[in-house]
Amino acid sequence: MGKEVLRNKTPELTRMVLDRFEKTGTSVKTGLLPAVKIMQQKGREAFLTYGIPGYKNEKYRFTPVQKYFEKNIPPLMVPRNRNFKLDDIFRCDIPTLNTFMHVVLNGFYFEETSSLGKMEDGIRIGGLRQAMKEMPGLVSKYLNLAAGESTDGLVALNAAFATDGFFIYVPDNVVMEKPVQVVNIVNDNQSDLVQYRNLIVLGKNSEARIVVCDHTLSEYESLSNSVTEVFMDREARLDMTRLQNENNNATNITHTFIRQEARTLLNNNHISLHGGHIRNNLDIVLVGSHAKSHANGLFLMDHDQHVDNHVFVSHAAPECFSNQLYKGVLNNNATGVFSGKILVEKGAQKTEAYQVNKNILLTDTAKMNSKPQLEIYADDVKCTHGATVGQLDEEAMFYLRSRGIRENDARLMLMYAFAHDVVRKIRIEVLQDRITELVEKRLKGDIPKCHTCLVNYS
Amino acid sequence: MLKIENLHASIEGKEILKGINLEINEGEVHAIMGPNGSGKSTLASVIVGRDYVQITDGRILYDGEDITKWSPEERALKGVFLGFQYPVEIPGVSMVNFLRAAINEQRKYRGEEPISPSEFLRIMREKKNLVGIDSALTNRSVNEGFSGGEKKKNEIFQMAMLEPRLAILDETDSGLDIDALRTVAQGVNALKRPDNATIVITHYQRLLNYIVPDFVHVLYKGKILKSSGKELALELEEKGYDWLQDDNGNGGI
Repeated sequence: MGKEVLRNKTPELTRMVLDRFEKTGTSVKTGLLPAVKIMQQKGREAFLTYGIPGYKNEKYRFTPVQKYFEKNIPPLMVPRNRNFKLDDIFRCDIPTLNTFMHVVLNGFYFEETSSLGKMEDGIRIGGLRQAMKEMPGLVSKYLNLAAGESTDGLVALNAAFATDGFFIYVPDNVVMEKPVQVVNIVNDNQSDLVQYRNLIVLGKNSEARIVVCDHTLSEYESLSNSVTEVFMDREARLDMTRLQNENNNATNITHTFIRQEARTLLNNNHISLHGGHIRNNLDIVLVGSHAKSHANGLFLMDHDQHVDNHVFVSHAAPECFSNQLYKGVLNNNATGVFSGKILVEKGAQKTEAYQVNKNILLTDTAKMNSKPQLEIYADDVKCTHGATVGQLDEEAMFYLRSRGIRENDARLMLMYAFAHDVVRKIRIEVLQDRITELVEKRLKGDIPKCHTCLVNYS
Repeated sequence: MLKIENLHASIEGKEILKGINLEINEGEVHAIMGPNGSGKSTLASVIVGRDYVQITDGRILYDGEDITKWSPEERALKGVFLGFQYPVEIPGVSMVNFLRAAINEQRKYRGEEPISPSEFLRIMREKKNLVGIDSALTNRSVNEGFSGGEKKKNEIFQMAMLEPRLAILDETDSGLDIDALRTVAQGVNALKRPDNATIVITHYQRLLNYIVPDFVHVLYKGKILKSSGKELALELEEKGYDWLQDDNGNGGI
């Protein structure tokens, strides 16, 4: 596939955003790794080349990124508002996950939780900036390796200015017994544009389970633009769940790049429970043969919320397997987008690639745009894709009601069943139970506060 | 218990039921027979409150109350049950959760506490034996992947769990082999009590060898053409529907 040349269609806005960042400046100018300097430079150039995606940008057709940036929300370039006890604002009690909890606050790794922890078996978890100091070789090798190829101006903007985020490294042949939980919190007493950058490197035949929670506690308008890069060496196994639970003033744009070497196994779950505007880009490349990749997503939006999942799975090696399962329930005036693409490269024979997107609209005013795409250049492949947009099954509704189950309860039962299809893919049992509970509350119309978050938000 | 008076009903503006009169008392078993398209299933649907059937005239009285405006769940809670002709598959809703929810709704309606897990399991076991349904099926989602026969057994199993006062079995015999038919019929007979009633809707006389009706009604073109005792079923089996005429000499098929 040739790289599309997408010229900057929003030069003025792009320039304005760039100026704003550069005028704000950053606390980290000195002591940067050469690799980081190169990334920033390349990012800056790429940002000027591709710009902020405009209204006519096909990739962002249904998500008005231009509008988000025209609000001119000031970028947060240095950590602030950190003089409080984390426990005072946030506590998450997914049982047994507490041990390895790490927090990124407004885009900066929150030190109170721990510095780059040295754990047994050489596992390293902590802040990216700390990792640049402590593991310069590894960071230089991987940072921007996958994201650097992107033609998305927002990815470039992140490369140009993001300096921190979380970092996880699992060495060869090491199995991380306990899951890691990373909580991205946006909480400030002003509007912020936050950017952070995460790096996950899994060695050969290693295994990790990671839970990432995106929470916005701040009541001010916020815009978040984050990039996560994941590198899985041969036979690595990763179970990653991202839970998004944010308020209506939050706009969250995430870019996740995953590179899978031979015989790796990925199980990626994306649960969007609540949020004003959410855009998730997931870019998976199967670079080694016999890799398996599961990308699952569930989104539950209501009122004027918007969610857009853009999934791209590229089969660059033979005999790999991939499956995408995305399901959504939209209520009131909520809008949803699913764009899923499977690319099978010329040499990728014996590829198996599947994609399903199912959506339920609970009202006449909710809207869903679904765009499944297949692009196949190999001849010995098994690929299917399908998308449905519909209402709850009337026959099933009647069946339940005819047994005395109230209409509202019958509706909820069917919605749980619909959503559970995705939730059951989560392989951490306690987390699956927790998310089941959150999803049920959400579908009942309760605002999911994750209950134990001590700060209420609207 | 059930009294249907001059019931006219349409689906999408087309009149299907054209003046049905029917009275069913406690302890009785009624069979409704008739050729395809005569309105048998529409009659069942209208009694349990399917909204795609519009009542244009007449009424349905249940224990003296007009239930024509009641929701399906209200009718169910008052003891009306339909054994579906085509039970729907509901992936993701487990049999256990579904039945527990249904039983607890009944209990709530009667002002009782929710059922305890041990009591629920005990009743499940008891009723499974009664109906002869495979234990593995009740661990699955509602009807998901069930064979035709298993789906029908599952209807009778639900009937056993919910103990309705008025059960309407819509073509429960269709698609069943003779063994399954016998088990289903045994279940229905075992559930018979002096204070409940059953309406068996069927095409064939076959089922009525096992579930013996007190009354047989022939439905034809939206009207009950003839009502009689159980011997009518045999007569129909023998002669078909052609010889039938209503009291005004109309009919003949």
